[in-house]
This record gives sequence, C-alpha cells and structure tokens, in this order.
Amino acid sequence: MISKDYVIMAPEGIHARPATALVRLSKQFQSAIYLKRGDTTVRLNSLLNILAMNAKGGETLSVLVEGPDEDSAASAVDLFFTEQLKDL
Amino acid sequence: MNGIGVSPGISIGKACIIQKNKGALTGILLENEDSIEQEMEKYKHAVGISIEEVKAIISQAESMEGVEILEAQVEMLSDPQIESDVFTKIRVDKKNANDALIEVVHTLVQLFLNMNDEYLSARAADVQDIGNRILNNLNTSYKATLQPFEANTIIIAEDLTPSDTITLDIKNVIGFVTQAGGKTSHAAIIAKSRGIPAVAGCGIALNDIKDNDVILMDGQTGLVLLHPSQHSIDEYGKKRAAFIEKANLLKALKDIPTVTTDGSEIKLLANISGADDMEYVFENGGEGVGLLRTELLFMGRDSFPTEDEQFEFYRNIALRSKSKPVTIRTIDIGGDKQLPYFGLPVEQNPFLGYRAIRICLDRKDIFSAQLKAILRASAFGKLKIMFPMISNIQEVRAAKEAVASAKASLRTQGLAFDEHIPVGIMIEVPSAAITSDLLAREVDFFSIGTNDLIQYTLAVDRMNEKIKELYDPFNPGVLRLIKYVIEQANLAGIPVSMCGEMASDPAATLLLIGMGLDEFSMNPGSIPLVKNTIVHSSRSKAVIVCTHVMELDNAQQITAYLQEVNK
Repeated sequence: MISKDYVIMAPEGIHARPATALVRLSKQFQSAIYLKRGDTTVRLNSLLNILAMNAKGGETLSVLVEGPDEDSAASAVDLFFTEQLKDL
Repeated sequence: MNGIGVSPGISIGKACIIQKNKGALTGILLENEDSIEQEMEKYKHAVGISIEEVKAIISQAESMEGVEILEAQVEMLSDPQIESDVFTKIRVDKKNANDALIEVVHTLVQLFLNMNDEYLSARAADVQDIGNRILNNLNTSYKATLQPFEANTIIIAEDLTPSDTITLDIKNVIGFVTQAGGKTSHAAIIAKSRGIPAVAGCGIALNDIKDNDVILMDGQTGLVLLHPSQHSIDEYGKKRAAFIEKANLLKALKDIPTVTTDGSEIKLLANISGADDMEYVFENGGEGVGLLRTELLFMGRDSFPTEDEQFEFYRNIALRSKSKPVTIRTIDIGGDKQLPYFGLPVEQNPFLGYRAIRICLDRKDIFSAQLKAILRASAFGKLKIMFPMISNIQEVRAAKEAVASAKASLRTQGLAFDEHIPVGIMIEVPSAAITSDLLAREVDFFSIGTNDLIQYTLAVDRMNEKIKELYDPFNPGVLRLIKYVIEQANLAGIPVSMCGEMASDPAATLLLIGMGLDEFSMNPGSIPLVKNTIVHSSRSKAVIVCTHVMELDNAQQITAYLQEVNK
C-alpha cells in the first residue's frame, strides 16, 4: 500500500470538475484508491462520496493506493495533485 | 417581490411558467426473487439509457459552458454508491426500482442541501437532475416536457436543472426567475455565461405569476415586478440601455491586452479588501491586485486576529489569484480608521499621528504576526508586501528587518514561504516622495498613494467640507511630486504603480502614462473605462500631453486641457 499527503492547491477545493477527473483517473487502474480527510475515507470510484467530503482549498488530504498497479496509480495521483489540479 | 440577483441586467417580458411533475411513490412491494432481479435489471437498463442521453447532450452542446457539469453527471449516473443504495432498497426492503430510486435520490438531495455550503447545496440540483432522468427512463408516465418559447420570454420555474439549462432553446429567453437556487446554481451560471439576466431564490411569491403576465426584472438587485407601471418600465428602460452600453464596453475590452496604439504595455490592477472581490477583478479585466487592504481583517471584531486567522485570509486570496501578483499592504490603522479593541488615544491631528507603519514598528508583536501570516500565504501565490505611511529610510530598514526576522522564525518552524517575496513601500508622504531617489535603493517597488499624498502636500484635510475645493490632484505641486517619484523609480529600475483615486480617473490616465507610469491599481469597476482610454491613445501623445501640462501653472487650466485632449 502506498500513502501520501497532499495540500489541495485549488481555491474551490475538490469540486465537480476535479472530482470527475479523479473518478476517471481511478478507473484507469486496477488498484483501489482512497481519499482520507480527518475521519472520513472514501473510495475514488464514487463522485458523490468525493463531493460529499467537501474538501476545501488549502486543506490536507491523504491518498491511499492499494493493488497490483499501485506504483503507476500513485504516480498518476501525484501528478494530479501537484500539477493538474490547480488548472482544473 | 425580491430574490437574489444572480446574473446582472434588466429585462421586461412575458412570463412562461415551467412546471414539472414530481415522480410519485407507488408503494408496491416486491413479492419474489424473480421480480427483485427484474427490478434491478430494469434499473441498470434505465441508467444505461440515461448515460447515453447525457453523452448525446454533451456531443451536441454548442458551448463548453455547462458541459463540465454534464461530464460530472455522467459519473454520478454510474456512481457505484447510488447503485448499491438502490439495490439494497430493492433487495432488502422489497421496493420496486421506481420507489427505491426516489428514496435514494431524496436522501442524497437532502444530504447536499444540508451541507451548509453554497456550492455543495447547488449540487443537490445535479443529483435531482440525474434522479429525474433515470426515473424518466424507468417509467414512461413521468415526463418533463419543455416547449419552444415565444420572443421576449422570461422563464419562471421552481429551479432549472443543469440539463434543462443546456437543452432549453433559449434564443428567445430574456430572463430567468426561479423560486430556489442561489449564485452558484446552474441557472445562474448558465445565465451569466450567456449574458441573460437572472433572479434566483424568490420563494413561493412566484406562485402569483401566471403565464403571459408582464414581468420586469433586475438581475443586479434581485427585483421582480409583476405588472410593472409605465413609470417603472420607462425608468428601467433607461437603466437597461446604460447597462447594455457598459456590458458591451466590458465585453469588447475584456480579453484584449492593455496596450497603447504605439505598442506600450500598461498593467491594470485592482484595489480589493477580500477574497470575494477576486472574481470581480478578473471579470473586469484586472491583471492582479495592486492593493489588498488588510483593515477589514482587523475591523468588526473584539480582538486582534491571530496569525493563523490572518494566514487563512491571505491564503484564500492567494489561492484565488490565478498566479497573478497580489500586493498586500500591511495594517493601516490609525488616522480615520480606529479599532475598538486597540485603544488608540484621541489625537489633535490623527492623520499626522500614531498610525500605520508607526504603530507596526512600535508594536512588533502585531507586525510580526501579520508578516508571518503573509509570508506563509506566499507559498500559495505571487504575493508582495507593501508598507504604508513611510516617511524616512530608517522606517524602511526597520520594516525590512522585521520581515527578515519573520522569515527566520518561519525557517526554524520549517514552514514554507516565498524566499524572494518582493517588498515595497507606499509613497504617500511628501518626504518619501522627495527622497524617492534614496528610498528606491532599499525596496523592490513603489506604489503612489495619491489620496494621502495630495492631502499632505496641499495641507488640506480631505474630510473638511469647507476647504474641499483645495483638494485637487491636478495641482501643479502634486503633479511635480508624482512625476519625480515615477522618474526616480524608472531610473532605479524598480516598478512603480499608483493605487490612489487618481489612478481610476480616465482624465488623468494619459498624463500619468506620459510621466512614465505603467502600472495602475484601482477599484475593479473602474478598470474598463481606464482601459478604454489606454487602448485608444498612444504613448507619444501621452508624452506631449505631459510636457504641456507641466508648463501650465494652475489646476483649472490643466483640468480643462485634459478634458479637451480626452474628448
């Protein structure tokens, strides 16, 4: 299992557009990807659960990746949170 | 009646009421395993058709606006959480697919509505929308029908769903009025992007409106008039013409660069007081923030905000700045701005008294909390620090030392910040203006604060009605000082901007460019007019105007001349 923390670099937080991109990203991998904020953990395959997390800009989220292709999944997630998110 | 103005503009037209039937619960309970399997299959099939429908709408959409909402809906339709909730109700509670879906969607809608977050509450409309779509495909008795509209139609609805707002034939629609919704609802977003006035959140008062009633609406103030009087129609007709003229100007100017006809680039920035103003800055074509006043953060409370509270405030602005520069002015209290919890003694001459940087250098605790908060936020955007009321070089050095020690303390705490954050000063005290050649060696930028500079230079209290005639930005003494400051900054190779009222006066724009100023910061709403002046003039003309103005000996003549050249 791989886990890493990220600060959300998008002012609006994880809104519909980034959440849609995240769900689509997770569908490309066999591994299960989870987002953890405080006591809440959600799996990245559910857009509604991601939205309901209500993660705001500047907050820190943990990402957990587990599965056969976890290395490539984790690096895709890494690229998403460090590069792509702020342009979404 | 009154609602929330969500898309500005005025419209007068005929009402058309869009009503939808809500899907109804059947109360049917499933009796055997076969029917359970059938209902689950039926549900999956309806979801499949719904996804195809939304994808078809996406492929036919004329503008990108709204498409992202539909992309999100595709993911919602295939959301495993909804499916598993629906299947549980079918399998465990023996409900049919229709009832299971209505209940699941209702719960989700309530969940989002109760989130106490404007954006997420508006997502309830998405959930309702996909729910309606699936329901529609499950059950042919449920239909949402939308008819083509006559010219000058104002749509009246409980709320509009995202797919409505995209599929509606809105060619003839001149306004939206909804019972529910707010600034971030879909109707608002779409209306704004198409430039159609909209008022949301009118509540049940809308029930009084019937089809073809004449409606007057103001999407700025949220006013909705049923059967308006001729007087109102005339009055709002004038407002409407003025609004359209300004909107056209804005639209024509928004995306073109601010360049003179002979190719000089001018930067137009905004003066703001909080993160909510950011949107307005970009809407008006601002390229960043030349002055963030921090007083709002300190006012309206009963103690100083903590470093963390301030950090939140600055970071929020940094995050919304789209990587454009934001100049933050350190606390400027004293003078006419008092804080109830910070007992400043009453002074004979508050404008010449204990204020701004003078307080900060005296009360290092207050200053250091603010500097550390700004520095920490600088990890999230292009921030700059600016000190107000500088009157001598020792103050600049002391303030820079305070920045250095704030940086050192953040380094020991291991907190991230921009090591190269630019540090500049306001030029608003005559001594600073006169010694700008010396000050330019110490700082990364200047910003000319004309409001105070004028009152200090002319010895005129700008609040005193009796002598307000004497307060004149075009006084040759003031103009000479400003010109000198700009020249010294240019000689030293540091940027210089102006953030006082004068920067927003189109009559002064050419003159200031002629003096060598290339950054202006003003109230966001003033940007289009100033930009309009710049893109229609040349720097060479500006230089001639400046040379001529500097030869005139009084403000009346200068003002008259500037009016003439700006015609």
